[in-house]
Amino acid sequence: MDIETIVKKLNLKVRCAAANLKKTVSGGYTGDLLSDVMAKSHEGDIWITRQVHQNIVAVASLKDHAGIILVNSCEPAPDTLERAIQENIPIMVSEMNAFELTGKIFHLLTTKD
Amino acid sequence: MPTQETDHISYQRSFYVEGGNFNYAGTVSTSIKSILKQMDLPNDVVRKSALVSYESEINIVSYARKGVIKLSIYSDIIQIEAIDEGPGIPNIELAMQEGYSTATQQIREMGFGAGMGLYNIKSFSDKFDISSEVGKGTYLKMIINKFSSR
Repeated sequence: MDIETIVKKLNLKVRCAAANLKKTVSGGYTGDLLSDVMAKSHEGDIWITRQVHQNIVAVASLKDHAGIILVNSCEPAPDTLERAIQENIPIMVSEMNAFELTGKIFHLLTTKD
Repeated sequence: MPTQETDHISYQRSFYVEGGNFNYAGTVSTSIKSILKQMDLPNDVVRKSALVSYESEINIVSYARKGVIKLSIYSDIIQIEAIDEGPGIPNIELAMQEGYSTATQQIREMGFGAGMGLYNIKSFSDKFDISSEVGKGTYLKMIINKFSSR
């Protein structure tokens, strides 16, 4: 499943790298501790987090994440956006909290369409 | 210092890391990753090197005044050294424990300082050395085997 499909199904707002939504999402990871995400997430994951500062872009880029989704309608900081545009990493915003969003994405990724 | 005397160095570069400046945190490890990626190394090797570089870089930014991360590529291994000028680590054994951290509240709020940095560095390195002098600084040496992963 690509990011675009997840964006449409879950009504996410795309904040940057809108041209890069065809990337395949192979899994997901939810977490706000950057070292935990660094150690345990995988390439192709969609990362669900509440952190909005620019260091999330470095983590997503180092781990080759498909993209980042911010929860609870939290917006990325301006320098986060700037860096994500440079690195071409999609950042999306969801109104849902991390629990709900993770559950929905897990369901989408594990159910055959 | 090469780990194997017969091994010759094919690439070396040092990167400066400024302590306390989170705005650039992650840029050195991002550069290291792209250098290694261009060398056609196995994905797993690139990822491990990126992780240990990142954690070392964050440690320098979080705790030290300044530091250098030195990437050296030999025929069989990648060596990453992190040398900082900072407070040093009084009890290395304690600092290596998962969950132990001396990070400030401000650092923790950003999602750093969970006490996983050194622990992750050790578990993702094929060989890891640490030494530290209180009041002077800390030296980390991480070795990643180039052909360890299949």
